[in-house]
Amino acid sequence: MALLNTLIGAPPGMPARTLLVRLAAIGAVLAGSAGTFAYVGGWLSPGALTPARVIDRFEEVNGPHPGFRRNHAKGLCVAGRFASNGAGARLSKAGLFADGRETPVEGRVALAGGQPYAADAEATVRSLALRFRLPDGEEWRTGMNNIPVFPVRTPEAFYEQLLAAKPDPATGKPDPERMRAFAAAHPESATAAAVIKARTITAGFADSTYWGLNAFRFVAADGSDRAVRWAVVPEGPAQTVPAARGDRNDLFDAFAATLAQGPRRWHLLVTVAGPGDPVADATRPWPAERESVDVGTLTLTGTAPEAAGNCRDINFDPLVLPDGIAPSDDPLLSARSAAYSRSFTRRSGEEKPPSAVAGAPSRGEVR
Amino acid sequence: MPSARFNRPARLLHWVMAALILAMLLIGVGMVTSLSGYGALVALHRPLGILILVLALLRLVNRRLHPPPPLPADLPAWQRRAAQASHVALYGLMLAMPLVGWAMLSAARYPVALVGPVVLPPILPRSPMLYAGLRSLHTILAYALFGVILAHVGAALLHGLIRRDGVFASMAPWRPRRPGEG
Repeated sequence: MALLNTLIGAPPGMPARTLLVRLAAIGAVLAGSAGTFAYVGGWLSPGALTPARVIDRFEEVNGPHPGFRRNHAKGLCVAGRFASNGAGARLSKAGLFADGRETPVEGRVALAGGQPYAADAEATVRSLALRFRLPDGEEWRTGMNNIPVFPVRTPEAFYEQLLAAKPDPATGKPDPERMRAFAAAHPESATAAAVIKARTITAGFADSTYWGLNAFRFVAADGSDRAVRWAVVPEGPAQTVPAARGDRNDLFDAFAATLAQGPRRWHLLVTVAGPGDPVADATRPWPAERESVDVGTLTLTGTAPEAAGNCRDINFDPLVLPDGIAPSDDPLLSARSAAYSRSFTRRSGEEKPPSAVAGAPSRGEVR
Repeated sequence: MPSARFNRPARLLHWVMAALILAMLLIGVGMVTSLSGYGALVALHRPLGILILVLALLRLVNRRLHPPPPLPADLPAWQRRAAQASHVALYGLMLAMPLVGWAMLSAARYPVALVGPVVLPPILPRSPMLYAGLRSLHTILAYALFGVILAHVGAALLHGLIRRDGVFASMAPWRPRRPGEG
């Protein structure tokens, strides 16, 4: 044992037993630390649903499309501005709601799904994602869809539904048996699907209402804190260019042509939850009589094909929020943020093929 | 005659940063695999990272003004070299991790939001490829930092429990009972 003492520099008088016990204690501290790290990092729970597995499933269902968003893969950049009317300042201290404040906005219209070259179809869910650029570097990013409720309540249900709704190669449609099994396991999704199916589908992007779907919290300057949902609702009768039926990009082309004729306006409506309204369940609508506050006008002025440096390279992460807007405890919010981030990280490192929507840019500046 | 112990600011910074850095490594490795915790953990990760960057800079200044006590004269040369190399790595990684994090968020055009309305300016131009590279680097450096910390903790405990040569006592938050005893 004297050799061991010399080797590791222990005093010659330290008994072998003491030495071994202390060495074992040091080993235990190191093994415990490494084990904690591995546990927290998920290595000991390989079955857990992770952001990477959600994105893996998109890739499995849609096939590989490197360089594109794994969902809402087909899109077109838009630019515009948001003019606040001051009514939102009572609800949120976020600077963009100050009376008369005008905030530059860039965004993206897209079709849901992970197929970047799919032909436009009227019933495909349309989305509008926006990035409000506030002074001093603050931003508000939000992704909204033209459906009044979200089809699933939890990230786990979302993950299951992706596979259940995967088109059967033989029929081109989802397997009805699997869809039935999913609906049976998730009655809230069956109810939401009926609400979504009953919605009015408008002519195109220009006359669609886009709902934020998840609840957030608006925090006012006086510290008051309210659960809210928001939507942008098109202004006035639809003066839109009709889509040329049968063209693969008819909805996008019609929208670009509409904005080329002149700007389109939407009103940002913020709905405040009442007592007992489901804040953590995006499948359930809030009662129609809830107070909706028109907080200002979103004007979209132009479109541009996705390209380096514009909306293509923005992750419309729903948790990029200014001071005055905060997440609710809706479980989809953190999951969306995590999955978007994973999709963004993967596509950022991939070569980016041109978008299927590559028409000439319309008027209006798009950065 | 150099002091046998690190000065009080050095000890305070060491133990506060030890807690912060271990918390950051666990937050970081946990958040990237968590759907439910991601949002809250990322919001904590950014300001903590910038806090660590500031503290690491303060620590370098203090170290320059108050050099650490010398290692025991009887320490074998290879252990002396390992100690020096691991401290260079620790300081390098303490500074590099927050800077790479800030740079990668800048390249991705995420706002580097800290607390309330405070947002740091970008330190790199927008570039998805640059972001992807820095994002991988951030992970690799985090594993490296965790590895160097394990080596550091193992060596510190060897000094404190087995060699009992005063090295552990020089950074211990408490006063040594007898000179030279860890």
